[in-house]
Amino acid sequence: MTNLYKTKKVIMNKNEIAITVKRLAGEIIERNHGAKDLVIIGIRTRGVFLAERLAAEIKKVSPKVIPLGILDITLYRDDFTSLSEMPLVKETRIPFHIEDKNIILVDDVLFTGRTIRAALDEIIDFGRPKSIQLAILVDRGHRELPIQADFVGKIFKTAKAEMISVNFKEIDQQDQVTLNEQVSV
Amino acid sequence: MKLRARNLLGIESLTPEEIKLILDTAVPFKEIFTRSVKKVPTLRGKTVVNLFYEPSTRTRTSFELAEKRLSADVLNISVNTSSIVKGESLIDTAKTIEAMKADFVVIRHSMAGAPHLLAQTIKASIINAGDGMHEHPTQALLDLFTIQDKKGKIENQNVVIVGDILHSRVARSNIWALTKMGAKVTVVGPVTLIPPHIENLKVKVSYKLDDVLPNADVIYVLRVQRERQKQHLFPSLREYSELYGVDMDRLKKCKKDVIVMHPGPMNRGIEISSEVADSSFSVITAQVTNGIAVRMAVLYLLAGGAENVGVNPVKPPI
Repeated sequence: MTNLYKTKKVIMNKNEIAITVKRLAGEIIERNHGAKDLVIIGIRTRGVFLAERLAAEIKKVSPKVIPLGILDITLYRDDFTSLSEMPLVKETRIPFHIEDKNIILVDDVLFTGRTIRAALDEIIDFGRPKSIQLAILVDRGHRELPIQADFVGKIFKTAKAEMISVNFKEIDQQDQVTLNEQVSV
Repeated sequence: MKLRARNLLGIESLTPEEIKLILDTAVPFKEIFTRSVKKVPTLRGKTVVNLFYEPSTRTRTSFELAEKRLSADVLNISVNTSSIVKGESLIDTAKTIEAMKADFVVIRHSMAGAPHLLAQTIKASIINAGDGMHEHPTQALLDLFTIQDKKGKIENQNVVIVGDILHSRVARSNIWALTKMGAKVTVVGPVTLIPPHIENLKVKVSYKLDDVLPNADVIYVLRVQRERQKQHLFPSLREYSELYGVDMDRLKKCKKDVIVMHPGPMNRGIEISSEVADSSFSVITAQVTNGIAVRMAVLYLLAGGAENVGVNPVKPPI
């Protein structure tokens, strides 16, 4: 038996995503008093695209080029013992020093918080940043760790078995966020 | 996509897809070496035993570093300091290791098939670090990774393996791996050091190095095992060097972007000249660095599905 998901409803469309990204970029600049010492690190896979968009928005209001990094948290997961096969590892690419930087860590959905825990551990292995702030597009609740986001696109209450699917046109043809429910076949 | 077996006993039983998975997985591991903390927590709490019945420096240290960079606990057992010298059998040693709850055993042994015997005896995942004249799979994988890295692809590369093919497990594993991935392999050496019927492994055979060099993309130089000369398999080291030694004069006849590889340890001035070993054509130090990343990838991939005990297709070598 395989679990499939079908779309229950669209919770953000293309325009809403664009407006939200713009607002998040504004909040990041405001909170950090500009873009000085700011770096952005996106978590694979869709956090990377959100990170790129945030960087592009920040660039519109700040002349400074924001360094962009990519984080693959696979090797820092806490569930290896319960997996029947090892997940594919992809490259982490942080081509700049993070020492004394303010890091904006970016992911698409905040759920249990375990991905963020892994990401924090991995970042610390690169050095000691001045701060790490978390930016996400959708907070769907159900935290299992004491972790919260600093910049939230949308808070959306879900049932645990439901799934939030963030689509970016870079890999999913279109920009939208949907609420999906499980159907058994 | 995952590896079908829980062990890495040889290249012969791997599919091209499995080889590709290992090579692809090794890429992100290489990035870890550039961090300030060169270590990931992935194998925390796992125990690896390095069981070496033959002397080895680079393979053992490479495995040890790979294991440590994955945060595994590492135990080294080598022949001259253990109860092996007191006459303990391989199986008894293995059972002792199993009683200590090792998750992996990396074994090097002078007898072909020793890792296979171990795999049938104990539950830990077994990695072959060289068994007799049979296979040395991680060496072949790191060699392929290096070719992929330096040349961009493995398919259709002309690879010339020169030297003692007969006694070389490195050659054996590399022939399996390279042909599976679509490279064109030619083996070159004295008649006495080329095994009969080697053509059956889909390789070309030549006895004259100078004939095959102009076409080569990769020259893989094997170590001359000096003890073979005492068996009169070739007349003298000097003659060997004259006919099969890779030096600058020979490299001049090659393509401009040829790369020279060697599994180490080198006999400088015999199978490879110092000038070549230290030249820009040589990728020998890259092989060493890549070896750690590839071994990390193998350990990582074998760590998956540890609960599927019993699914362990083991075929002894022929």
